[in-house]
Amino acid sequence: MKVLGNRAKADWSAPLPAERAGASVRLSGLRRSFGPTKALNGLSLDIAPGELVALLGPSGCGKTTALRVLAGFETLDAGHVLVDGQDLAGTPAQKRDMGMVFQSYSLFPNMDAVDNVAFGLRMRGHAARARRDKAGELLDLVGLAVEAKKFPHQMSGGQQQRVALARALAIEPRVLLLDEPLSALDAKVRLQLRQQIRSLQQRLQTTTVFVTHDQEEALSIADRVCVMRDGRIEQVDAPADLYARPATPFVAEFVGTMNRIPGVTESGGVRVLGRLLAMRGEGTTNPGVPVDVLVRPEALSLSDAPGSDGRGIVTNKTFLGAVTRVQVLVEDGLGVQVDQPSEEVATLALGAPVGVFIAAPDVLTAERRAPAAFHEAPSN
Amino acid sequence: MGESAQVSAASHRSIPAGDPGPVATRRGAGGAFEDDVSGRTWRSRVSPFVGLAPFALYTLVFLGIPALAIVYGAFQKPSGGFTFENLRLATTGIYRTGYETSLELAVISSVVPGIIGLLLAYAIHTSKSTNLRRIVSTSSGVFANFGGVPLAFLFIATLGTTGVATTWLRDLGIDPYQHGFDLYTLSGVALVYMYFQIPLMVLVITPALGGIRSTWREAANNLGARSWQFWRHVGGPVLLPSVLGAVLLLFGSALSAYATAQALTSGSIALTPIQIGTFLNGNVLAGEQNVGKALGFGMIVIIMVVMLLYGILQRRASKWLR
Ligand SMILES: Nc1ncnc2c1ncn2[C@@H]1O[C@H](COP(=O)(O)OP(=O)(O)OP(=O)(O)O)[C@@H](O)[C@H]1O
Ligand SMILES: [Mg+2]
Repeated sequence: MKVLGNRAKADWSAPLPAERAGASVRLSGLRRSFGPTKALNGLSLDIAPGELVALLGPSGCGKTTALRVLAGFETLDAGHVLVDGQDLAGTPAQKRDMGMVFQSYSLFPNMDAVDNVAFGLRMRGHAARARRDKAGELLDLVGLAVEAKKFPHQMSGGQQQRVALARALAIEPRVLLLDEPLSALDAKVRLQLRQQIRSLQQRLQTTTVFVTHDQEEALSIADRVCVMRDGRIEQVDAPADLYARPATPFVAEFVGTMNRIPGVTESGGVRVLGRLLAMRGEGTTNPGVPVDVLVRPEALSLSDAPGSDGRGIVTNKTFLGAVTRVQVLVEDGLGVQVDQPSEEVATLALGAPVGVFIAAPDVLTAERRAPAAFHEAPSN
Repeated sequence: MGESAQVSAASHRSIPAGDPGPVATRRGAGGAFEDDVSGRTWRSRVSPFVGLAPFALYTLVFLGIPALAIVYGAFQKPSGGFTFENLRLATTGIYRTGYETSLELAVISSVVPGIIGLLLAYAIHTSKSTNLRRIVSTSSGVFANFGGVPLAFLFIATLGTTGVATTWLRDLGIDPYQHGFDLYTLSGVALVYMYFQIPLMVLVITPALGGIRSTWREAANNLGARSWQFWRHVGGPVLLPSVLGAVLLLFGSALSAYATAQALTSGSIALTPIQIGTFLNGNVLAGEQNVGKALGFGMIVIIMVVMLLYGILQRRASKWLR
C-alpha cells in the first residue's frame, strides 16, 4: 500500500503490484474467559495475505473478543496471534499497525474529517503537509473529499463510518479490522458501503477481518466466511461452499434459509417425504431415529401430480425475481418453503394442491426439534 | 449559607460532555424548527416559554431587582443624589485589600481543587468498582454541601492551634504552627474551602468524564497514540469546555463564600463578602452607608468579567461543537 494517489483514482481495477500484498495472520488456540464465560474457547484460524475473512456468528459468540485480541485491546489466557509469522504477544496495541473500524461513534469529536484521518500519521511523526495530503487522498478514495472540513457531529452515520475507514487505511495497516462497521447504518447505505469496502480492500490487498452477525453481509463480502459458535469455529469456507455444503446443522441453519422436515433414519439413510435419501455430516447412523432433515428452499421441488407423500397446499407465494418462494403446508401443519423458477409457478393459485419432493442426492440431518417447521436465519 | 446555595446551582448545571450524540437527535431538533416555519399557531410557538415563566419571575424578583438596587445604591449619597464617592472608597484602602484577597482566595480555591477534583474523578471513573463510584458520588454530594460555621468548627477542632491533630502532631515533634502553617490565614481558609470545593468538582466533572467514549481511546491507541497522546489530542480537548465550566463554578463558590471564612477568621483577614456582611449588620460610619452596595457592585463586575473571559475561552475550546 505505497501509493494511493492518481493511479489508484484513475483505474479502480488496476492490477495489483505484488509488494502490496497484505500480511498473513495466524490465530492459534485462542482462549479468553470473562469469569465463567468462555468468550474464546480454542479458536484457530489462518488468514492468507490479502484475504478478507468474515467472522460470522450469533451475538455473544466471541467475534468482537477475537478482533480485540488481534488489535491488542484484550489479553489472552492462552494461544498465539502471529502476523507474518511474528508473535504479537508482547506488542502493545499502539505498535501493532492494525487499522480498526468500530461499530459506531469512534471518530474523535474534536477533529474534522481530515484531522481524524491524519491522526495516525501524526502519531507516526509525519509532517503536517504530508499527512494532510495523504488524508485528502484517502477521503477522496472513500468519496468524502467535500466533507473534509466537517466535524463528526455534522456528518451522517454512513459518512462517519467512511471517515473511520479512511482513518484506519491511512496508516497503511498490516491488517484491517472491521467490527460490525455497517450495523448502525440503514439498509441502503449499508449495501453501498459494503461494496465500497470490498472493492477498496481488493484493490489495496489489505488482509482484512470483518466481523458481522449478518449472514448475507458475510456471504457477499468475504473470500472466506468463518462461522463461530461459543468461542470457537464451526466452519470456515468460501461463501458458496458454506452455503451449499454446511458442515453442521448449526451452520446450515445460521447461513441462509433452511427447511426442517421431519424424517426417520433407516439403514440406507433417512426417509423423508416418502423417499429414502443418503445422509451426510455427523448425524446419527442408528436406524429408526426421528430426525429433522435440513433442506434449502432451492433443493425442494414442486410437482402438480401429488403422490401419497409430500402432499400439501400452497399457502403463500413471494416473488423474488427469477425465483418465487412458495410456501406449502404439508401434512400435520408442517410448512415448507420451496424456491421455484418464477415462470413455472406463475399460474399456481393459493390453495392449490401440490406435491413437495427433495431434489438433492444427500441431505444433512439434525436432532428432531419440536414444532418450528422451517427456520429463517436472522437477516441482521 | 453561601456555599449551599452555590452547590444547588451546580447540580442543575448541565455540563457539555463533549458527546454530539446520535444523529437522529439532532435531526429531531431541526424538525421541530421546520414545524414552526410551516405555520403553526402562536400557541405552539409561545407554549415552550410558558414553562419558563415561574423561573423568569423568580430571577427577576430575587436577582434582577436586588442587582438593580445595588447598582443604583452604589452611586447614591446617603442623603440622596448621584456620587462616585462610594465607589472610590470601595476601591481603596482596606476594601481594595478585601477585593485582592478575595480574588486570590477565589483563584486558589478554584484552580487547585479543580485540578485535584479532576484527577480524583478520573481515578474513580477508571476504577472498576461500581460500589466505590457510588460511595464517592454520594459522599461528594454530602461534603460539597458541608460548609459555614460547622465546617469552620470542624477545622478549628482538628487543625486549630489547640486542635486534636495539631496537638497530636506536636506530641510527635512536628508542630505545624512552627512550620508556617496557620489555619487563620488566607491559606488556612483556602485549605478549609478545599473541603467542599474538591467534592463539588468531582460531582460536576464526573458526568463529563463519562462522556469520553472508550472507543475514542481505543481508536487512538489503535492508530499509534500512547495514553498521554490520547489525552493531549482527544481526551483533553473534549473535556476542556466542561473543566472550564466547572472551575468557573468553583470560582464563584469561593468568591462569594461567607459563613465559613467569617466563622474561621472572625474578620481578621479582609474579604469582600465579610466586609459586605459588616455593612448588612449595620456597623457603618456615618456617610458610608452605601459603600456596602458599591462593594456588591464590584463583586458583580468581577463576576461579569470572569464570565466574559469564560465565554471567550469556552467558545475557543468548543469550536468543534458548533
Ligand atoms: N469485558 C468483558 N467482560 C465480561 N464479559 C465479556 C467482556 N467482553 C465480552 N464478554 C463476554 O464474552 C462473550 C463474547 O463477547 P463478544 O463481545 O466477543 O461477542 P460478539 O460475538 O462480538 O457478540 P455481538 O454480536 O453481540 O457483538 C459474551 O458472552 C460477553 O458477555
Ligand atoms: Mg461484537
